[in-house]
Amino acid sequence: MLKRVHFPPSVLPYLLVAPQVAITIVFFIWPASQALYQSLLLEDAFGLSTKFVWFENFTALFSDDQYLDAFKRTFVFSLSVAVVSMSAALLLAVMADRVIKGTTAYRTLLIWPYAVAPAVAGALWMFLFDPTLGIVAYVFDMLGYTSWNFRLNGNEAMVLVVLAAAWKQISYNFLFFLAGMQAIPKSLIEAAAIDGAGPGRRFWTIVFPLLSPTTFFLLVINMVYAFFETFGIIHAVTKGGPAKATEILVFKVYNDGFVGLDLGSSAAQSVILMAIVIGLTVIQFRYIERKVEY
Amino acid sequence: MAQVEIKGVEKVYPNGFKAIHGVDIDIAEGEFVVLVGPSGCGKSTLLRMVAGLERVTAGTIRIGERVVNDLEPAQRDIAMVFQNYALYPHMSVFNNMAYGLKIRGMSKAEIADRVQKAAEILELSSEQLTRRPNQLSGGQRQRVAMGRAIVREPSVFLFDEPLSNLDAKLRVQMRVEIKKLQERLGITSIYVTHDQVEAMTLGHRLMVLNEGNVEQLGTPIELYEKPASQFVAGFIGSPSMNFMDARIGAGGDTVELPGGVSLPLDGAGGREPGRAVVLGIRPEHLEATTGSDVASLRVDLVELLGADTLIHGHFGDDKADMTVRLQGTSTLRPGDLYPCAVDPAHLHLFDPDSGRRI
Repeated sequence: MLKRVHFPPSVLPYLLVAPQVAITIVFFIWPASQALYQSLLLEDAFGLSTKFVWFENFTALFSDDQYLDAFKRTFVFSLSVAVVSMSAALLLAVMADRVIKGTTAYRTLLIWPYAVAPAVAGALWMFLFDPTLGIVAYVFDMLGYTSWNFRLNGNEAMVLVVLAAAWKQISYNFLFFLAGMQAIPKSLIEAAAIDGAGPGRRFWTIVFPLLSPTTFFLLVINMVYAFFETFGIIHAVTKGGPAKATEILVFKVYNDGFVGLDLGSSAAQSVILMAIVIGLTVIQFRYIERKVEY
Repeated sequence: MAQVEIKGVEKVYPNGFKAIHGVDIDIAEGEFVVLVGPSGCGKSTLLRMVAGLERVTAGTIRIGERVVNDLEPAQRDIAMVFQNYALYPHMSVFNNMAYGLKIRGMSKAEIADRVQKAAEILELSSEQLTRRPNQLSGGQRQRVAMGRAIVREPSVFLFDEPLSNLDAKLRVQMRVEIKKLQERLGITSIYVTHDQVEAMTLGHRLMVLNEGNVEQLGTPIELYEKPASQFVAGFIGSPSMNFMDARIGAGGDTVELPGGVSLPLDGAGGREPGRAVVLGIRPEHLEATTGSDVASLRVDLVELLGADTLIHGHFGDDKADMTVRLQGTSTLRPGDLYPCAVDPAHLHLFDPDSGRRI
């Protein structure tokens, strides 16, 4: 138990936290409360008449098949992004952990993709895979897979945005996995080697279980990333198409609100998203403390 | 069980640092050899080379009949106890001990049987077997680490400073247990420590290492009675040996101290008169005497330890601080004179340049 320390009352601490509180109020609490309020309104597309409708926007959403589809799609999308990007990052981290020469250069290079803006990353992957211009599409052609066209095929579009989104997150995951691996005492690995475990077995029975707190943390972070921060990628690559095949929840908020001008429903959707992210954060804080001790 | 043969082994790290300058030793079956020396002397490196955790730069290491230089640790049939125990934190004690057996594809019944036996030897309760390592005390973790080595029934045990993380009392207790265990199981053991008491009490033979060189290899008593160099003499024994600069007397049969004191030497001749030497005397060998031909020590400080007394002082004008160990308690006080004599057999002479025994 920490002992409570008492200080004489003073205005100073309040002044010191004031900027932080002001920022939180202006950029988080206020817009969030506006969204909450707006989600209870029904407004016509021109903003001429507004009606207070209580939870009608929410009930409409949950009886809307398109919205429920978007929910499922988002779930598939985020899970795929998390799995693809974490597996790739783990593989790279295992490799980087073994590199002896040029370690710093190697690691620095692996971190670069994180500095690329989502929209730029999206544009990059779009051009690579463009059915008429893309070099990857050209290679597909040569390999006999001529029908590649993510602008027409929904599954291909999904694969492409998952790849683009996962690629950008690999660096971040890589850093955490590498740090996690380096925190595992070397003598544990040596003990396992003496016990007769080969490199593969050592990884799956010793390293991977000891990384589980990191893995869990990254899973939550990646889910949140895929839910909210992939808007730029999707906007640049597919705009949610074809036929809504890549329209995830965040994109639908934008589409319904700023393209369809159904502000009430859009606000209600963002409130639901807010609830999801709060839920994920709570899970993270509840379970992330269960760390393994060495 | 197996003998271990280390022949001309050297270790050079990629950065050019030479950690081991050629070590030779034959370890007999069931023998307990202790590698001892100050930190950085290369003792752990040597052990890790036997374990297969470090590559051997030159020379050969043989375990049983096989040269193991290029074998993986797993193929060497060894078990190692690490300084920090290196227990797998996410496994129960039982699984920690069973890990190596599972990898060898042993049947569940046999694994349970072996772990049970090891637990009995080490007095670990079956309730403790279900716990995680972080729920155990330091001494219990130490036992589990030993257990993990025992269940494997290896040909060689390797210990890398296994007791240095324990408190003083537990260390003594575990030291005795390791000794008993090794005698009972009769498994060839190599033990690394920087603690000379551990080394003296545990080892059948000791290898004293200093900066990657073998200073001396021998039984604890040989090292104590006939240290091959000033380094070994100072390292073995507690409190450590007194050294002073001295000169061989004119007749070649005495050694003369700067304070004008002269001590008779043992019969063996061949000592050139006037030669500069380093004289070493163990604190327990400066015995009180009433004879006439004696050296008198001026007492500076008295330390009463109960069972014995340590006296710090100096001879005449000589600045060198001398320590004397007396049985029981003493009535000497600072400023007193302590007349003492040394059995010539207990005088050690070393070359001032090379540090080797003369």
